[in-house]
Amino acid sequence: MNMFIHLVLMLAMPPLLLGVINKTKALFAGRKGPPLLQSYYDLIKLARKSVVISRTTTWIFIAAPVVTLTSIAMAGLLVPLGPFGAPVSFTGDLILFAYLLAVGRFFTTAAALDTGSSFEGMGAAREVTFACLSEPILFFALLVLARISGSLALGDLLHAPLDAGGQGDIASLVLVAIGLFILLLAENSRIPVDDPNTHLELTMIHEVMVLDHSGPLLGLILYGASIKLFVIGAVLLHVLFPFQSGSALLDWGVFVAEMLGVAVAVGVVESTMARLQMRHVPYLLIAAILFCAFGFVLLVR
Amino acid sequence: MDMALIITPFAAALIAALLPSNRWRPWLTPAAGLVHFILALRAVFGTAPRTGGEWVGFDPAGKLVLLLVSTLFMVTSISLIGYLKSHPRRANRVFVACMLCTLGSMTMVAWSRHLGLMWVAIEATALCTAPLIYFNKTTRSIEATWKYLLIGFVGIALALLGTFFLAYSMLHAELKASLVMDDLLRAAPHLSKPWLHVAFVLMLVGYGTKMGLAPMHTWKPDAYGAAPGAVGTLLSGGVTGCAFLCLLRIYQICCAADEFAFVSPMLVFMGLFSMAVAGVFMVGQQDYKRMLAYSSVEHMGILVLGLGFGPAALFGTLLHLFSNGLTKGVLFLSAASINRAYDSTRIDVAHGVLRRLPVSGGLFLAGFLAITGSPPFGPFISEFSILNAGFGTGHFVAGGLFLFFLLVVFIGMGSTVLPMLQGREAEPAAPSMHRDSFWTVAPPLVLLGAVLMIGLWIPVPLNDLLHSAVEFLEVQP
Amino acid sequence: MNSPLNALLVVVLALNLFALGTSRLVTVIKIVSLQGVLLGLMPLMIEEHVEWESLLAMGGTILLKGAVIPWMMMRAIREVEIRREMEPLIGFLPSMLLGALATGLALLFSKSLPLASEHTAPLLVPASLATIFVGFILLTTRAKAITQVMGYLVLENGIYIFGLLLLGVIPLMVELGVLLDLFVAIFIICIMVNHINQAFSSLDTRRLSELKE
Repeated sequence: MNMFIHLVLMLAMPPLLLGVINKTKALFAGRKGPPLLQSYYDLIKLARKSVVISRTTTWIFIAAPVVTLTSIAMAGLLVPLGPFGAPVSFTGDLILFAYLLAVGRFFTTAAALDTGSSFEGMGAAREVTFACLSEPILFFALLVLARISGSLALGDLLHAPLDAGGQGDIASLVLVAIGLFILLLAENSRIPVDDPNTHLELTMIHEVMVLDHSGPLLGLILYGASIKLFVIGAVLLHVLFPFQSGSALLDWGVFVAEMLGVAVAVGVVESTMARLQMRHVPYLLIAAILFCAFGFVLLVR
Repeated sequence: MDMALIITPFAAALIAALLPSNRWRPWLTPAAGLVHFILALRAVFGTAPRTGGEWVGFDPAGKLVLLLVSTLFMVTSISLIGYLKSHPRRANRVFVACMLCTLGSMTMVAWSRHLGLMWVAIEATALCTAPLIYFNKTTRSIEATWKYLLIGFVGIALALLGTFFLAYSMLHAELKASLVMDDLLRAAPHLSKPWLHVAFVLMLVGYGTKMGLAPMHTWKPDAYGAAPGAVGTLLSGGVTGCAFLCLLRIYQICCAADEFAFVSPMLVFMGLFSMAVAGVFMVGQQDYKRMLAYSSVEHMGILVLGLGFGPAALFGTLLHLFSNGLTKGVLFLSAASINRAYDSTRIDVAHGVLRRLPVSGGLFLAGFLAITGSPPFGPFISEFSILNAGFGTGHFVAGGLFLFFLLVVFIGMGSTVLPMLQGREAEPAAPSMHRDSFWTVAPPLVLLGAVLMIGLWIPVPLNDLLHSAVEFLEVQP
Repeated sequence: MNSPLNALLVVVLALNLFALGTSRLVTVIKIVSLQGVLLGLMPLMIEEHVEWESLLAMGGTILLKGAVIPWMMMRAIREVEIRREMEPLIGFLPSMLLGALATGLALLFSKSLPLASEHTAPLLVPASLATIFVGFILLTTRAKAITQVMGYLVLENGIYIFGLLLLGVIPLMVELGVLLDLFVAIFIICIMVNHINQAFSSLDTRRLSELKE
């Protein structure tokens, strides 16, 4: 039953998060903003369009959105939601989790390079550069949690804050939470790392890579990106608000509310901060690495 | 009774801030200075028992500093009237108020027997003197004030950290922590040594910055160069004396904790290093006010060196604190007069001073002889006494270096001062209406008299005070 | 019982690194004021019975560091119209890494310091040392007068953290005196900043080089 809810939430909820973020930003700007379900409408609209494919591209261009979506969805199966167990869990699956995220990224950048456009090539280069800095964040964060829980399976490891009950390790967890929140912003191309709303600026990263995709392919990419937001948000929530009441229904409700809260927080950050200069982005990511590393130092000292 | 010593300057500062008349306001300083001086004499030499509880009160060391501060302030406040008269158009509200607040906070330093309170008071002197240095509002004085503030703040912040460490050394020894001198002295033998050591180093660096020990002296030439002469006197005699008192407190605690062997080499090194740096920069110095600043660095070095020589040198050190402060007053006040006559602090402009300003020039010469330790002035006695103690306690190398640096400084200072005083006036030197007058001559003359008197015969009450201070500092728990 | 305190302390450490990494003066001011507020709250987590005296000192700290000083600094930079720290002596990234290194070392080696047994669990001592060091980095490697002052404030915050070990030892009078001194210091500095800007048309303290041997 819980597994079923897990699947439903993971597949159905992500576009709503985008709607919540946009609504928050609109409220901050004093606008009414698009309806909460706008992302769903967009996806349906895109699905009904026809596809235009450049003649210079190869099969990679078509395969990339499908592979990306699949790998991220599989990664989502490894992450437990709230206090419940993950559908798939085995020792060492945190490596698989990181690699599934990396496979998605690899295909997206490969497709961008496949178009032969210098513009998209630039976006791909940036994406990969920043990925070098954002992956250590994830690894250090997981390392801290693994150290606390003594387990190498994501399903157990992410429940470590819940089991620890906030004794002693809370300082490390605070650091990891800060690092993971920065990771969330960076991985999902949100402000202050990237601006999801500009499509023609020379400064953006993710959006520039998917310029040539259209119709259902673009829909798959957008859908995949929103699932990624959901999955990393779920990881963050384990550290930020470990909560278990015992009643399954209440726990699911709390989880959904927390996830919406994360979306609101992202919206608030986007409304109150300006996008960083491209050359300052690494500072932020390195700071996040350092926080997670300090978390580790605190544990082992 | 003691309270009045604190209240008088601050009340006068308040009046100065409220008083609308730019012309009469300067008179508040000598008035308050006189009242303060009389009260200070009563507090220092009176027979009234110590009052004020554990936190505050004048012990012999505090009394000595109080006497020095009060004397210097009263004398300089008279020259201040002449100074402000010659700048009638400049608003002096902030200047006079800050001057009085400086007196108040310096008294506070001498009064407090609680290290936290003392720190607050020292920081207050830094804050009150900053606007005084800035009085001329030129780009140079801005620069000087900025350096003074920033370096001073960082130094004092380190001293605060040192104070905290000291309290922690008590906590670590599982005693009830306190920053009251009496408690600290009582608990000294049991203090946690590592924390005490670090606390001493931090406070030496922190209060040493305020005193102007090398290598934390870099603000000093700039600040003294930019400040009016009267302010220079207060800074070099009074404020440094207060900082030295703070150092004496931690020194006393370390001695009571039987850590003299730890602090002595550091003090000796800092002292000699300051003298060396001052000597190097004094040779060939082209600016006579900056030269005075380096001379101050040198003498702070001598004071610290004297502490490093141990209890035997304490009498000389305390006497030197006194004689150096008074001599610096002579030098700064006569230099201010020279500065006004030539409108420059450079020796290539100020030439033939003895012809243009015979009295001020003569005073400057006498001050130069006194500060370099020539008999029959006060500093000769005190420096000789320190040297004697140094050799007596087996510090032969340090004593030898001490003599050598004194010689370097004498040559360096002489090569700057003598050409400036003698010779002809340079032809194109700007004509100036400024001549010796009562306001510019009388205050340094009084101070010179005092310096000479100390050199020839130390007055009995002062001698008693010095001896009781030595006894007080030597006393073991 | 030390967990919430440690959580606040690591946030303070994180803020240090952000202050080192940013070039926007407004951000630095905001970071330092947030740090001040966090510090002001800490006594609540240490003392079991909070007395009115410490409440007064806490209120003073929060008011001064969280509101008054940032307000004065904001006013100062609005008047001199300066937004960014350019050309620091050591770049933003290296100084951030240096700060991180210092923080790491402080965390690692604070175990070997001779501390009273009740003080080994909280991160007070390493946090204090790291913050002091970061303050020094800001003070010495930045060129703008304002950032140097912020460095001084961070340094002061570091010392304050150490002072938390001595709660109850430092009397209220002294704590308030320290706060008053800090207030007056910043007040004078704001005036000076304005004058430096008028006299040199810049807040670059490297231009203050007229006086030297």
